[in-house]
Amino acid sequence: MARHVIAKVDELEVGKSKLVKVAGRDIALFNVKGEFFAIANRCPHEGADLCRGQVVGLAESDEPGKYRMTRHGELVRCPWHGWEFDIRTGKSWCDPARTRVKSFDVSVAKGGALAEGPYQAETFPVSIDEDYVIVEI
Amino acid sequence: MNEMVRSLGNEPGLSTIGGIDCDLHPASPATTTLLSYLDDYWRETFIMRGVDRMSLAMTASPPRAPINVRSDWKAASGFAGDTLEAVRAQALDPFGTRLAICNVLHGSMIMHSDDMAAALCGAVNEWLAREWLDKEPRLRGSIIVSAQNAELAVAEIEKRAADSRFVQVMILAQNDEPLGRRRYWPIYEAAARNRLPLCIHAGGSNRHAPTATGWPSFFVEAYVAQASIFESQLLSLIAEGVFHKVPDLKVVFAESGFTWLPSFFWRADKTWRGVRAETPWVTEQPSDIVKRHVRFTLQPVEAPLETDALARTLDHIDCNDILLFSTDYPHAQFEGVNALSARFGETLAKKILIDNPLATYPRIAADFRKEAAR
Amino acid sequence: MTETQTLERPVEAKTKFNLIDCDIHPSMKTPAEMHPYLSQRWRDHLATYGGHTRQGLSETLSHPRMVPEVSRVDSWPPAGGPPGSDLPFLREQHLDGLGIDIGVLVPLRFNASGQRHPDFAAAIATAINDWQVGKFLEPEPRLRGSIVATQEDPEKAVAEINRRSSDKRFVQILLPPRSIEPLGKRRHWPIFEAAVSHGLPISLHVGGVGGHQATGAGWPSYYIEEHHSQVQTMQSVIASLIFEGVFEHFPGLKISFVEGGFSWLPAFGWRMDKAWAAMRDEVPHVKRLPSEYLKKNVWFTTQPMEEPNPAKNLTDTLNWIGTDRLMFSTDYPHWDFDDPRYAFKVPLSAAEKTAIFAGNAVNFYGLN
Ligand code: FES
Repeated sequence: MARHVIAKVDELEVGKSKLVKVAGRDIALFNVKGEFFAIANRCPHEGADLCRGQVVGLAESDEPGKYRMTRHGELVRCPWHGWEFDIRTGKSWCDPARTRVKSFDVSVAKGGALAEGPYQAETFPVSIDEDYVIVEI
Repeated sequence: MNEMVRSLGNEPGLSTIGGIDCDLHPASPATTTLLSYLDDYWRETFIMRGVDRMSLAMTASPPRAPINVRSDWKAASGFAGDTLEAVRAQALDPFGTRLAICNVLHGSMIMHSDDMAAALCGAVNEWLAREWLDKEPRLRGSIIVSAQNAELAVAEIEKRAADSRFVQVMILAQNDEPLGRRRYWPIYEAAARNRLPLCIHAGGSNRHAPTATGWPSFFVEAYVAQASIFESQLLSLIAEGVFHKVPDLKVVFAESGFTWLPSFFWRADKTWRGVRAETPWVTEQPSDIVKRHVRFTLQPVEAPLETDALARTLDHIDCNDILLFSTDYPHAQFEGVNALSARFGETLAKKILIDNPLATYPRIAADFRKEAAR
Repeated sequence: MTETQTLERPVEAKTKFNLIDCDIHPSMKTPAEMHPYLSQRWRDHLATYGGHTRQGLSETLSHPRMVPEVSRVDSWPPAGGPPGSDLPFLREQHLDGLGIDIGVLVPLRFNASGQRHPDFAAAIATAINDWQVGKFLEPEPRLRGSIVATQEDPEKAVAEINRRSSDKRFVQILLPPRSIEPLGKRRHWPIFEAAVSHGLPISLHVGGVGGHQATGAGWPSYYIEEHHSQVQTMQSVIASLIFEGVFEHFPGLKISFVEGGFSWLPAFGWRMDKAWAAMRDEVPHVKRLPSEYLKKNVWFTTQPMEEPNPAKNLTDTLNWIGTDRLMFSTDYPHWDFDDPRYAFKVPLSAAEKTAIFAGNAVNFYGLN
């Protein structure tokens, strides 16, 4: 398990996603209302890039003809066949037990703090004053 | 030639003794026979208009077509099942049937006038009660209604439900609109309220083409298309949320065939994963909903005899609860009394013959309990 | 029975099979792309009346899809325009990206057979065919074209087929399954005659605007139903071809059914066989069991892939249909696209792979 610096906090707007390649893996990084989440990028179905999917809310209903949209911006719809994945957990909505993508622990830290720990900043230099997104793999 | 005959179903059958036949067709009554079951307005105007001399046979189920009347059951009239004696001798005794549900296929269900349709359906139901159910304790009835006017259908259901020998409501597979649509929901609520399953039987109004590509030339083609209509109806019931709205509803597909089910499951389940946000009340994969709410009468069994296709198909369906025994008498679906193919195996056969019908029809189950207590 | 759905196979940049994609949808950046291929008369007509088809909405499909342009979200060209409209991006993302050797174009825009004005319909068909040549077939040798023909006007359809037949880049005739009357009806037979005489197969891609309800049960409310109704539509086309005696009369006719699924075929054949056995006196011109024609005259493309649970059930279906009947397709750039590397969740033998991913299409189209 190592901690990797994968992005600057301000480079990913709320509601957006980004593909990062780290430790030989493709990871889809999402900014959900200011919180960062990372899931494996490849859809378990046919391998589409989840980082390219539409970020959506959860459509629910109490009875036919009644619609409710909750959890705005917390799901990603696969860009191909539209299966929905919970960005927080990587679980699919339709089959959470069996169809899921790996989710990774993400944290945010100041550049200054990073200099002290065993972090791996593979892709770009870290500056002391800025905030960074860290993923544990 | 040999091969053709074998495709009809000439194969060993299992015993059907004590079974519950969920799809039996007494011949439709002549319109004149119905006059005494109509009120004086309808009786007089039918005579005035010559309706009493009209045949109300349906294009979608011509009673003399070979599939609809097995040659060895055909009476001199060209029909089969037109007397109680014939039904006893051909459809009940030889199979050892304990109870059989009469599904009358009659044009009353598709008349364009809401009121005429309702009056005629009421008359057919009354005729069934007086001339069949009163006389033969092994028979049960389906309340036929015209789906086009839900209010009138509900009135007939409520009226007829007082007679416990009517064990389900019956409509036809093809109507004005797909059956999941909300205009039909009061019918389903009335059925569920009265603990009556909803039987959807092959056939229909032909008010629009039976296929999305227009009108086929031949009856055999239209007959084949009935299964396609059933597939569309099944998805309509699911997608519109009928089973969410009326959770107690049981639906029985009659004469729909069932070997198309695995393919239906695969596609419906897969597509649902991608588009389920369109119908967010559908929170389970369609196949699970079908397995809980929908039953299928046994005949026709459509799978080649020479291979293990039927066994494999049953394995794909992966649910022993969904088939209900039926002879589909007098339709030509099998030979002799071999209504229940040996290919089903003894264990499943018992479920099909008795357990599944009992689990589907509360009124029949109640009769069984009463009898057991005596 | 359950089974975990995970992708554990390695990502490969290129499949090692020879790969033929039988269903690629070309598009236009704007409708004006058609103008060079239409006369002034029809440009004016298009500008004034637009599409006038047998449905309620004039400019869009009857049921809105779940994504814009029915397309993969990742298929929008960076240079602009809708998916499938940018040849360099189509090459990069699709042909090069998957290592496709031959891709067959299936143009759906403007729906020539669905147009009610018969002369406009024919003009559109001709224009779409010229547009395929100009925009795709000339610059990209891996692509092949489909001859768009007006099914509702067989005479004009035959003229268009005759006009294109010498251009070997056109590998099939394209007709819509949703038509005014079922395809097998005798008024359509001149089209079959032309197909057979030119050695061209016919392809039916889901869709069309025949003016009938999308299902035999009526108009469905939702896209999930409309999507599924393509299956029942294909079923009715097959039944029509068989029971009208088309394959008896044109034994060499080859027809492919594109994007309508295939797992329903066995049970549908069993049903036809049983009904025919009971009522063959109605159709004495049908000489064999209906399912026999299915083994001889018809092919199916694979997308959208059938995905049973458990996946192994598909093996039965493949055995029943015959792996010589199936041709791989992606449906690029549409949303229900299949990736050749992952579409099949059951093992295929090397011979089956070769057949499905290329060999059957080579036979069907008469490539080489
Ligand atoms: S590839 Fe993601 S849902 Fe199919």
